[in-house]
Amino acid sequence: MNITITDLTFTYPSGVQALRGVSLTLVSGESVAIVGENGAGKTTLVKHFNGLLRPTGGSVHVGEWDTVAASVAKLASRVGYVFQNPDDQLFERSVIKEASFGPKNLGRNDSEAREAAQKALAAVGLDNELDKHPYDLHLSQRKLLALAAVLAMHTPVIVLDEPTTGQDARGLARIGDIVEQLRNERRTVVTITHDIDFAAEHFERVIVMSKGQVQADGDAADVLARAEVLAAAEVEPPQLVRLSRALGLPGTPLTPEQFVKTLEATCLHPSS
Amino acid sequence: MIAVRGFTYTYPAATAPSLQDIDLDVPAGQFLAVIGANGAGKSTLCYSLSGFVPDFYKGTVVGTIHVGERNLVQTPLADLAGEIGLVFANPFNQITGARFTVREELAFGLENLGIPREEMLPRIEEVLRLTGLEELAERSPYALSGGQQQRLAIASVMVMQPKLLVLDEPTSQLDPVGTREVFETLDALTKTGTTVVLAEHKLEWIAVHADRIILLDGGRIVHDGHPHDVLADPSLPTYGLAPTRYTQAARLAVTQGCVPADRPLPVTLDEAVKFFSP
Repeated sequence: MNITITDLTFTYPSGVQALRGVSLTLVSGESVAIVGENGAGKTTLVKHFNGLLRPTGGSVHVGEWDTVAASVAKLASRVGYVFQNPDDQLFERSVIKEASFGPKNLGRNDSEAREAAQKALAAVGLDNELDKHPYDLHLSQRKLLALAAVLAMHTPVIVLDEPTTGQDARGLARIGDIVEQLRNERRTVVTITHDIDFAAEHFERVIVMSKGQVQADGDAADVLARAEVLAAAEVEPPQLVRLSRALGLPGTPLTPEQFVKTLEATCLHPSS
Repeated sequence: MIAVRGFTYTYPAATAPSLQDIDLDVPAGQFLAVIGANGAGKSTLCYSLSGFVPDFYKGTVVGTIHVGERNLVQTPLADLAGEIGLVFANPFNQITGARFTVREELAFGLENLGIPREEMLPRIEEVLRLTGLEELAERSPYALSGGQQQRLAIASVMVMQPKLLVLDEPTSQLDPVGTREVFETLDALTKTGTTVVLAEHKLEWIAVHADRIILLDGGRIVHDGHPHDVLADPSLPTYGLAPTRYTQAARLAVTQGCVPADRPLPVTLDEAVKFFSP
């Protein structure tokens, strides 16, 4: 199902106007990275997808449901949201209980819920910590647990708010694999991230936000080539795009493989 | 500035030490980066170099940690205020919750030290400027975004003007501009003689800014050297770390015979431009 956002504005009770007219359609099965400076409105935008925030103006539809009318509980069956700070999300007494809560809440029976939870915990590498208290885990593991708890709900849309924060290479690789898996299953996966190299490698569409508005939107390679738009949103191009530009090479390589392929055309030292 | 000798530390109720046989000398004004996979001991080393271990966390200690003349192992945390500052990974752990505005939050530590008002105010304004928080000075700390709270956490420690500044992943929630500001601020502080110890995952940033890197694995120092040498080392992935994309692309290019194998692998953009130029 698509998420349709029309002329969305949102002003916090404090008077801070976080969204100033956003219109977007997130198509079913797409992988979308939203980038932009701190305070650009990224989190405010995605919190409208599951009803945590309601529009001040304009509308957000998840499938045919208008999020103004749909309850948070109902929206949770379609949109899974992984919080930026896992401590805003976790509340159960054990890892397995935490990951089983979502599917149970959606009406699965105990054994179905446990199975879904175990599968999700295996995907994030926490399947040996089932009985641990979530707060005995390292912050980076609590983030992975928060991700597993949402994966276990099998929602058609998953939103990952800064999923790579504090992760080491192993955690990053796990999250990358999970995104690829979700893409293969044709589920919609939306991330907010400052990790532009992660966005470049795993997401097909990139949306640049700044000051509550969309500044650019399109194929990752097209958007990440637009240095001026990125700079205005305080985003730096991915490492390999910067390198490619500095060397005067054509194209916008998003992975080391793509970079070396571009390089081969102008190979410095062809092997004989 | 820092002299660590035979330091081994075990948390209460833990079965194995989190740090083992650490020997480390850091001269004043050095910018030392600490890297390693999660669980390698980075945060524990930060707590140890700032006196939270053992005074706050308790546990079992062998060896000594001297910062200047003091042995931290025997020093109560309160005696270190104003000398050593620690920036926590999670800004929610730093912000006191006892003050209504960002400016008042920055005054909190200084008030506790009894710094006179006429000295306190310019110090606060200076730090607000350095950390880009001027426009948010009258906001509640709780009405800030994650990245802004992280800058406030850093500011609240900087305002104390510690001689040793220890930071545990302080840029995790910052955008690239915020990250750049933090690194440039740390560069400026080390130039004035402040010693900086930084635990960080963003290797492409420390490649450019740090004077030296130590790599921790299983609570031990397994590499200690110039950023270039540590980050280009082929063993990096075995410690759960990914080389920068520059190093990854260079290694792939060498494997495919596209660049001569005798060139030193790059870890930064500038090095990569040289590496890939004819």
